[in-house]
Amino acid sequence: MNASAYNFAYLDEQTKRMIRRAILKAIAIPGYQVPFASREMPMPYGWGTGGVQVTASILGPDDVLKVIDQGSDDTTNAVSIRKFFAKTAGVRTTTHTPEASIIQTRHRIPETPLTEDQVLVFQVPIPEPLRFLEPRETETRRMHALADYGLMHVKLYEDIARHGHIATTYAYPVKVDGRYVMDPSPTPKFDNPKMDDCAALQLFGAGREKRIYAIPPHTKVVSLDFEDHPFEPSRTPKTCGLCGADDTYLDEVVTDDKGGRLFVCSDSDYCEQRRGAEKTA
Amino acid sequence: MSETAAPLLIAEGLTKYYGRQLGCRDVSFSLHEGEVLAVVGESGSGKTTLLQLLSTQLAPNAGYVRYRLRDGVTRDLADLSEAERRFLFRTDWGYVHQDAALGLRMSVSAGANVGERLMAVGWRHYGRIRGTAVQWLDRVEIDTGRIDDPPITYSGGMRQRLQIARNLVTQPRLVFMDEPTGGLDVSVQARLLDLLRGLVTELGLAAVIVTHDLAVARLLSHRIMVMKGGEVIEHGLTDQVLDDPREPYSQLLVSSILPA
Repeated sequence: MNASAYNFAYLDEQTKRMIRRAILKAIAIPGYQVPFASREMPMPYGWGTGGVQVTASILGPDDVLKVIDQGSDDTTNAVSIRKFFAKTAGVRTTTHTPEASIIQTRHRIPETPLTEDQVLVFQVPIPEPLRFLEPRETETRRMHALADYGLMHVKLYEDIARHGHIATTYAYPVKVDGRYVMDPSPTPKFDNPKMDDCAALQLFGAGREKRIYAIPPHTKVVSLDFEDHPFEPSRTPKTCGLCGADDTYLDEVVTDDKGGRLFVCSDSDYCEQRRGAEKTA
Repeated sequence: MSETAAPLLIAEGLTKYYGRQLGCRDVSFSLHEGEVLAVVGESGSGKTTLLQLLSTQLAPNAGYVRYRLRDGVTRDLADLSEAERRFLFRTDWGYVHQDAALGLRMSVSAGANVGERLMAVGWRHYGRIRGTAVQWLDRVEIDTGRIDDPPITYSGGMRQRLQIARNLVTQPRLVFMDEPTGGLDVSVQARLLDLLRGLVTELGLAAVIVTHDLAVARLLSHRIMVMKGGEVIEHGLTDQVLDDPREPYSQLLVSSILPA
């Protein structure tokens, strides 16, 4: 099919308006899950259908798009979504974080601090932080409405009782703007502090579950914890094998079948920038 | 002392129909602090309906329930907001289900089960929550070494005792119990009753206990209401009703107890 047969950014204008209304509502009530009429997208659920719809409805012709998958610009999900928008919207794409105006992400927040001019779009598999504790949607909605969040701490209590510390390392629950408890999508908890007072607008789209939520710029985001077991962002205590960074989130890469392994920055762009800077210096 | 002289719970003309089917009709009584009321009657007599009306889990077709809150103000429970009702339910009230699985989270540890109410009212210190849970497990005679086991691994009697601990941890003033000894074997029942009796006296709890077991009523309650066909047919002091029943149905009920 000829690419020009697509409407700009794939979705039709009415759908984008509907999604934008949901996004505006989400921004107005930070952390609140706004239901929206999620569409079928030309990719399977679990591959970022929610994030893609959010990106499609906020994308303009002048935007520069970056897509990351587990921090990397070069893995399947990132490559295919980037190509999807290059084809259906004809926008410029980049892998360089500071150049991008919209960054769609699966589970990482870039190491480079974001600015007021950027929007971060998360792909969310399960938006409800209480889901595995309370299976009934009617009940979880009521709990959100009444700010009845004791159950969330039951989960953290269980962690400590079983493991001696809070063993939740990703999808770590946060309280947004002192009101709604929110699942920050399965980002590692290392990234939780970056959500707090973040300059960029953060949007979360869950396609299968048909929910959109948001953290407006410079909003207070607090990770839940106990007084005697405070929240700790975790990372592998190693340095990056490529750029030598000792303060980034690391991926473990198995290099051979003799136990060889390499730790590298999960944020591939950040790692490349650092190595580039070293060379020129 | 005029405050404590006022009843804790007042029910007036409580009536509930399920469509054309009568649940219970025109039930009125009042309950004072530290007082235990047993509601007895056969299956289908409206006992559980009444308990659900009192605990605002069902809305009555007519009548009202008033409760004296901790601040001393007596309010119509139907006028409370849902948030207030929930708060009441997890602080000043307890509800012990016949089936412990309904009142417990079966897959989280016993300690978290006991601690949930504390966390819900804002406790955020793991050590203190756990310490309180240990105390309560000890109090209901559960081996504190099993604090990290989920109740799914507990026996029926232990589950019921855990459920009681979970309810009492916020020191409620009123506890609703729906057949608390149902489905337990006799020796476990005896132990549970003994425990309940001790706790009720020690903590000065008011309680409404629904049961079809007159022995439970005799052991625990001060007063008895006998229900039949959705209506209260006899209401009086426990020993008076059990030893000198007035209504033919109550007489039948009392005479159905097997001689020891």
